[in-house]
Parts: sequence; structure tokens; C-alpha cells
Amino acid sequence: MLEIVIFSTLNGILYGLLLFMLSSGLTLIFSMMGVLNFAHASFYMLGAYFAYTMGMEVGFWPALLLAPILVGGLGAMVEKFGLRRVHENGHVAELLFTFGLAYVIDELVQLIWGTVAVAYREPDYMREPLFTLFGTDYSIFRGVVILIAVFMFIALWFLLKKTRVGMMIRAALTHGNMVGHLGHNVPRLFMGVFGFGCALAGLAGVIGGPLLATEPGMAVTLGPIVFVVVVVGGMGSLIGAFYASLLIGLIQTFFVAIDASIADILNAFGMNVDPYGEVTGITLASLAPMTPFILLVLILIFRPRGLMGELEP
Amino acid sequence: MLKPIFTFLAASLLLVGTASAETVKLALIDPLTGPMAAAGQPAFEHLKYEAKRINANGGLNGQDLEIVGLDNKVNPQESLVQLQKAIDDGIRYVTQGNGSSVASALISAIEKHNQRNPGDEVLYLNYAAVDPAFTNERCSYWHFRFDANADMKMNALTNYIANNKDIKKVYLINQDYSFGQAVSKAAREMLKEKRPDIEIVGNDFHPLAKVKDFTPYVSKIQSSGADAVITGNWGQDITLLVKAAAEFGLEAPFYTYYGASSGVVTQLGDKGVDRIYQINEYYGEFEDPEMAKRQTELYEQAEWDFYYLRLSTMLDMLKKATDKAESTDPVDVAKVMEGMTLETTTGEVVMRAEDHQVQLPMFISVMKDNMKYGAEGTDYNFKKVARIDREDVSLPTTCRMRRPK
Repeated sequence: MLEIVIFSTLNGILYGLLLFMLSSGLTLIFSMMGVLNFAHASFYMLGAYFAYTMGMEVGFWPALLLAPILVGGLGAMVEKFGLRRVHENGHVAELLFTFGLAYVIDELVQLIWGTVAVAYREPDYMREPLFTLFGTDYSIFRGVVILIAVFMFIALWFLLKKTRVGMMIRAALTHGNMVGHLGHNVPRLFMGVFGFGCALAGLAGVIGGPLLATEPGMAVTLGPIVFVVVVVGGMGSLIGAFYASLLIGLIQTFFVAIDASIADILNAFGMNVDPYGEVTGITLASLAPMTPFILLVLILIFRPRGLMGELEP
Repeated sequence: MLKPIFTFLAASLLLVGTASAETVKLALIDPLTGPMAAAGQPAFEHLKYEAKRINANGGLNGQDLEIVGLDNKVNPQESLVQLQKAIDDGIRYVTQGNGSSVASALISAIEKHNQRNPGDEVLYLNYAAVDPAFTNERCSYWHFRFDANADMKMNALTNYIANNKDIKKVYLINQDYSFGQAVSKAAREMLKEKRPDIEIVGNDFHPLAKVKDFTPYVSKIQSSGADAVITGNWGQDITLLVKAAAEFGLEAPFYTYYGASSGVVTQLGDKGVDRIYQINEYYGEFEDPEMAKRQTELYEQAEWDFYYLRLSTMLDMLKKATDKAESTDPVDVAKVMEGMTLETTTGEVVMRAEDHQVQLPMFISVMKDNMKYGAEGTDYNFKKVARIDREDVSLPTTCRMRRPK
């Protein structure tokens, strides 16, 4: 039992941190520009594919650095030449623009890299166990991923709270016009934030590619969960996104680990239901992939501003 | 004045008509994009490759065979749309394999279509959807299955496991739909009968093609103390499952239905050696020079390994049937295909007339290094460890076939 708890916790945290890497960029872009970037997960996918292609040339570590930069650059271009022009037509146009962009990126990826998964793997030496507990190995790569994610969180916090750029960004969040009147180049700031957010998604892709699978469907499968994280955490709240990511990661892994059905739980509370019924016989494990969306619905009903959100969505 | 134009038009229409009559189209309705494309794409390339061989040998009763790929994304609704598209294009032969959920929808739709449109019947050649129901309680005259069904595979697999006294605890993990349920049910029933001492320490179902991270399941298997895992997973669900297991150093061997699916060998490398077993109608040694040639050529042309011997069998049988019937009309072909036998590289196979379920020898193979013909451009491939003869794979059927008059 103890081993399940330990490994589920580790796995849950790892998955949660990956979600956070993805959603931090999204929530940053949203809070700053009011744009719900539907193509965010597509940038995550691009990060994985770029790293795969570059990794074959320059190795894993340089790719870890270069791929997010490239994705970030691409994101900045998208903002400068696409989003900025669409912006004049209001939020719906922006939403539709990013929606279309997601499709374009999906199709391009399939054209360039094919429709099936590519063999993007971490370097062999990182597949060795970092430690072995109860006969289960925990690979070095997983340790590295946790380290990168934590480092990224700290760097992000430092950037936003302790630097001049961070101050400008925080000011532009609430008083965009005022920041502009003070002589700062707000469009350039927007471009930077959008590019930076995309770069974070790209970084998540570089790491998520070997961890999960690098295939054209990776954006579609993770996309909705990232939105759940942003809504549950509270629109525009970085800390909220952090908590929500970990919460979803842990809930999902623990639901798989717990060997119980709905009936088992109800019966434990003294209700008498059929343990093999159509609905009551459903096991928690099979509900696991649904949990983020159940959480989303509950949050929207009972706490629409999310865990840490300041504004009503 | 207009007459020559009309005659020209009529003549060209006639030309188009004869041109299309010369090819027989076989529609492959399978996932060609998306997470399960790794299961559909190789089948598509196999079929195209084998069609070339069939055509070089005289085609189907003198007509060329053409393969048309239709993407269904493993979605039953999407499949029905594609089926309608195929029918509207005059295609009378349909093949599909990935997903019994899809196969179920296709069988019903084709039954209905054939009942309502006499003279325009469609024949469904199933190469991999192995829910036992399709050749038992739900059997259909218009459906022919060229793959051993889930029960037959489990029958062969449990015969092998029954002789392995080291296995005391078995963990079952399967996809949560009709096929996965069938695998799990067959495993529990057959193990209970053949080896009552084996304990089933886990019986998990996970959603089809939705799980990206199998590590929680692997932790569960690890802590259950299982000596062996049985899984019917396919597509990315098998690749990601065994990848997670290898990463966490799970020692228990995997007895799989589709362990040699594309991607597994690349993802696992040496961690899969002696750990991944597969029950299939073929294996990765290619002792037969003809099969070795196909493996080499297919990999050169399409970068896929020769994995689906059953697709070759299917097309060879289709050719034999059309030649024998001297017709490419599905009604005539279905009639002669019932009970047909075919000599293949692994022995004689029979299309049982009772239920349209192919009867064939099966093999259990295990992943090994330094193989003569490596899969996916590596040195790894699957080496035969046991052959299970046709009679020992075979199971009785409950099918009561309703044949058209």
C-alpha cells in the first residue's frame, strides 16, 4: 500500500508539474491580453517535434534550450503578424484566430512529421534508475523533469515579482492604457508575453514528448485539460494554476491507483447498493480520465472565480 | 450538328465505365490519422503492397485490385460515414480491423444495406477486429474474419501459460470496450479451468486511446506482485503501457495480443528482450525466403515491417475465391469463400463455413536481440517460442448463420 501511495504521489506531482508548465503560459497570456489561446497546446506539440528533430542533430540538452526559443519566436511572430491585426476586431475574432491556428499547426505537423508517433526518446543514460524503491525504478529523466519544472516555477516567480519587466507586465495586466501613456511599448510587451508563454509551452513539449508520446494527437489530448487547469486555478492566476495542476495530477493518478468502485464507496458510507450494477459497478480507475472535467464543472458551479482567481470569468 | 458531340460523350462515358469495371476496389476503413494511426497506416501500406503482388499474378479474376484508404479515427459514427462514401463510390469490398466497436457498427450497417439493396451487396473482410461475438451470437453472412478471435488467441495463450509453472499470479489490463472486456473474461475463465491455482491479482480497464501516462497502472501491477501480465491492448495503448513498465523496471513478462505493434520495439530497446510475448499468426524470424523478401521490400518501400501475414492470407483468399467463382461480385465470392482452404507459409488455413471465422495455426513469440530481420530498423524482433496447431486454437461456435436465399 505504501509503495502505491509513494509512487502515485511522485507520478501525480510529475504529471501536475507538466500541466503547470503548459498552463502557466496560457494563464499569463490570458491575464495579460484577454486572449484564450486555443493554439496553446499546439505550441506544446511543436516544442516536442522541434526537440525531436533538433535532438538528432545537436543532442538532447541543446535541444532543450533551442526548441523553446524557436517555439517562442514563432509565437511572437504569430502575435505580431496575426493576432495584433485581428485584435482590432474584438475578442471573438481573436478566439477564432487561435482556434484556426490550432488546426493549421495540427495539419502542418502531420504533413511534415507524418501521422504516426515519432521515436522521440530521452538519452539512454537518463533512462537508468535514479533510485529503486520496493523494486520499482524511478528514472533519472523523471527526476530531471521535476527539477526543470521547479526551476521554471521559481524563475517565473522571480521574473514577475522581482524584475522591472515583471513589474511592467503586472502593471499592464490591470492598467494597460496607463502603462502605455507612461511611454512603455505595450504592443511589444504583448508580443513578448505571447512569445514567452509559447516558449513555456514549447519547453513542456520538449519534456512531455519523451514522457508521454510525440504524435500529432498530443495537442488535442492535452489541450482541454490545460483549459481546465486555467479555469480551476482561476483565470489569470499563476499560483492558482500551480495548485490546480498539482491537484489534477494527483487526483488523476490516485483515482487509477484506488481499487474501488462507486458502490464500494457508497457502501462504506452505510448505503446499500448493488456492487455490480450498471453505474455503481464503475470503478474509480475508469473514471480517472474524466476527473479533470468533473472538477471543472464543480468549480464553475460552486466557485466560478476558481481557486485563486480574483475576477469573475 | 450536336450528334457527334453526343456520340463522343457517350463513348467517353462508356470508356470511363469500362475503365472502372476493370478494377476491383477494396476500401480500408481504419484510423489513418490520430493516436491510433500507428495501427491503421501499416495495414494500409501492407494492403497496397500485397495488391501489387496480386495484380502482378493476374489480379482478381483478371481485374486489378485497388486499395482505397478511408480514415475513420476509430470512431464508429465516422466509420459509417466512410462506409456510405465507399458504397456511393461503387465500392463493394470493405476491410477494417482496428476496433471491435467500429466492426460492430459496420456489421449492422452492411447487414441492413445488403438486405435493402439486393444486387448491390457489400462484403466485409475483417482482418483484426476480434470480439468473439462477431462469429458467434452476432455472426453475419457478409462478414468474414481473417484473424483468430479474442477467445481463440486466449485459448492458445492459456495453453502455453498452463505449462509454465512459474506463473502463479496474473494481472489483467485491458482497454475498456467490448474487445478488452472479452479478453479479460476469456482470460479469467480459461485460466480458472486450465490452472485453477493461478490467482488473478488485478483486472484493470482503462479508456481506449485516452491514457497518455500508464505509470499509475504500472505501480499498481508492481505492488500486486504479479508474475505475468496479460493484455489485449493495441495501438498506442500497448506502446505506452510497455514503455511505462520498462521505465519502472517491472520484471513481470507481458503476454500480449499485439506486443509487436509498430513502435514497441523502438520504444523499449533492450528492456523488452525476453519480456514481451505475443500471440499472433506469425512472428519475426522470416525463415521462408518469400516472406523474408516481403519483409525487406515492404520496409524499403514503406518503412513498415511485414507484420500482418493475415492481410496476405486475406487477399490471397479473395483472389482464390474470385478466380474460382469467375466473378468479382460479392454474392458469388461469398458463396465460394465459405469453407475455402488456403496453403500459407505457416500451414493450411480454413475459412470455416459455419461462422466465417478463419481457422489457422498460431504462434507465441518473444522479443529478442540480434535477429536476422530486425523490426523498425533495429536488431530486435520476435522469435518463435511455441506453435499451436490449428486444431488446438479452434473453438466451437454458437453461430446460426442466416444465409440469403
